[in-house]
Amino acid sequence: MNPEPAHVEFDGVSKSYDGVTEIVRDLNLAVREGEFLTLLGPSGSGKTTCLMMLAGFETPTSGTVLIGGRAVDDVPPRRRGIGVVFQNYALFPHMTVGRNLSFPLEVRNLRQADIRERVQRALRLVRLEGFEDRRPDALSGGQQQRVAIARALVFEPSLVLMDEPLGALDRRLREEMQYEIRRIHRTLGVTIVYVTHDQQEAMAMSDRVAVFNGGRIQQVAPPETLYEEPERVFVATFIGDNNLLHGRVLGVEQDICTVDTGNDVVSAFLVAPRKVGDAVTLTIRPERVALAPTPGTFSNEFEAPIEDIAFLGDHLRVRLAVCGSADFAIKIPNTVGHGAVLKGDHVRIGWTPTDCRALTPDEEIA
Amino acid sequence: MKGGIGRNLYLAFCVAVFIFLIAPILVVVPLSFNAEPYFTFTEGMLRLDPDAWSLRWYRSVAEDIEWRRALVNSIVIGVCATALATVLGTLAALGLANPAMYGRSLVMTLLISPMVTPVIVSAAGMFFFYSSLGLAQTHVGLILAHAALGTPFVVITVTATLAGFDRNLMRVAASLGAGPWRSFWRVQFPLIAPGVISGALFAFATSFDEVVTVLFMGGLEQRTIPRQMWAGIREQISPAILAVATLLIAFALFFMLTVEWLRRRSARAAEA
Ligand SMILES: Nc1ncnc2c1ncn2[C@@H]1O[C@H](COP(=O)(O)OP(=O)(O)O)[C@@H](O)[C@H]1O
Ligand SMILES: [Mg+2]
Repeated sequence: MNPEPAHVEFDGVSKSYDGVTEIVRDLNLAVREGEFLTLLGPSGSGKTTCLMMLAGFETPTSGTVLIGGRAVDDVPPRRRGIGVVFQNYALFPHMTVGRNLSFPLEVRNLRQADIRERVQRALRLVRLEGFEDRRPDALSGGQQQRVAIARALVFEPSLVLMDEPLGALDRRLREEMQYEIRRIHRTLGVTIVYVTHDQQEAMAMSDRVAVFNGGRIQQVAPPETLYEEPERVFVATFIGDNNLLHGRVLGVEQDICTVDTGNDVVSAFLVAPRKVGDAVTLTIRPERVALAPTPGTFSNEFEAPIEDIAFLGDHLRVRLAVCGSADFAIKIPNTVGHGAVLKGDHVRIGWTPTDCRALTPDEEIA
Repeated sequence: MKGGIGRNLYLAFCVAVFIFLIAPILVVVPLSFNAEPYFTFTEGMLRLDPDAWSLRWYRSVAEDIEWRRALVNSIVIGVCATALATVLGTLAALGLANPAMYGRSLVMTLLISPMVTPVIVSAAGMFFFYSSLGLAQTHVGLILAHAALGTPFVVITVTATLAGFDRNLMRVAASLGAGPWRSFWRVQFPLIAPGVISGALFAFATSFDEVVTVLFMGGLEQRTIPRQMWAGIREQISPAILAVATLLIAFALFFMLTVEWLRRRSARAAEA
């Protein structure tokens, strides 16, 4: 099945804090050696809980966590050798940057000369040379974050966990740090399990993304696949923009189905194993809808009045009422200048069936 | 001005309260330098005649064997009780800070109950209990009794500093490979130290001016300074007591300044 050995594996892991609500439900996930895997999901979906079970601060209610193929149920956090970066940095406020970094090395009884050298190397890695005598409160948020990352790396763990490490930074700094973390990952080749609720951050940084919702994994895939081939409605709407149409299957021919949305019939790419008469949710990205195509180009072509136009700089966002949706959005690149279409205009739109994915409605998936 | 009258009344009232609170102290200090064996200001003192002022009562305290023994007792009992109360109180506060602990508020209430129970009640109770163990009229008995009275202060001050302590720091320390012992001494203790120290100071002050328990439980050998003052007032009226009182006031002042300094320090640390 998978030729590469899994570095980290969640095997049927569930977690409940109060014995009633399951915060994480039957989690099965394998992280490959050297991979950058992101847990992405809305706040409260159980991402931190997964990370804490991996670090050893929480115990699964059932199931097993394996690291390097070995179950770690009985291994306390300090013997797991995992670097952890917390969202609030959690730097030791009473120690200088240098002491923060040497802490894990002193614990390991390294020689002083060795410690000094490794601390210097770690500071170079995060580009904070010369900061070793500063106290954490004399650093900016971004610098504190770098120290936290350096501290999680200085003892050379092969696995590093990061829980929303950039959440407290402003946008510019966040993008810069995303790049820095990517660079460090490439340089060191460590396995990183990263947590964020920001889909753009997940897309920009990860080799693969595991999308969480309500304690369950919705889909695990590389960013492109998540965007182009979402398997769940939740994933389709959580990653990027999507239009949703609801209807019932009228007919199926190979992997293309025709769907009755109430007043219009749409043909779509059948992803889910659905039969004639079943309810389906169709997803179509706003940028995949063509405005005023040459008649007959697409098997899906409809006419509708423009309800609203928003000018967003590089593109226009046009809202239409079509196929039973009162809020159908299309994106028009701003190559023609705005004013090309006007509110109230009757326009023709179209899209190919392969860009329109027919999925099982989320309500039908327990 | 209409508001002026109210404001002046208010100020006068404040000054009156202040005098009421501070006057006894202000009287005791100069009287302790009296050259005569009286508790009143002599004419010479009022004229600021240097001969009417002296350090004789301080000298007599320093030379008196009973006062010396009382000082040693106060320090020995105070230090030992403080050490005990600080260790126990800090451990209790650490345990009580764990949100997963069962019956937290009940234990907390029990632990701080010595603070609200009238001392005479606890003292009487301890007297009977310790007598049956043979601990009445021993230093150990008094140390245990004072430790029980001082522990609540430590629990409260350490709990307060722990509220501002980021528990993630302990998780980080563990993830970096540190065991619980090292995590505590290298990470947690330095950060909660202001709370531990001010708790210890309160515990020491409690023991240092405690008289009721000593009256019940202490024999002649366990007389502390307050107990000796008590004896002094009843048995041998001499301004030496005023000299001791002045020394205690100086100690209290030093104590309050230290606590305030610690409080500011930890407030600054919390801001950062
Ligand atoms: N220690 C805890 N005790 C009880 N409930 C918790 C604890 N930690 C998290 N939870 C609950 O678990 C749910 C998921 O939390 P979390 O794993 O932090 O989600 P995320 O990191 O995705 O926001 C939340 O509803 C939270 O209230
Ligand atoms: Mg979280």
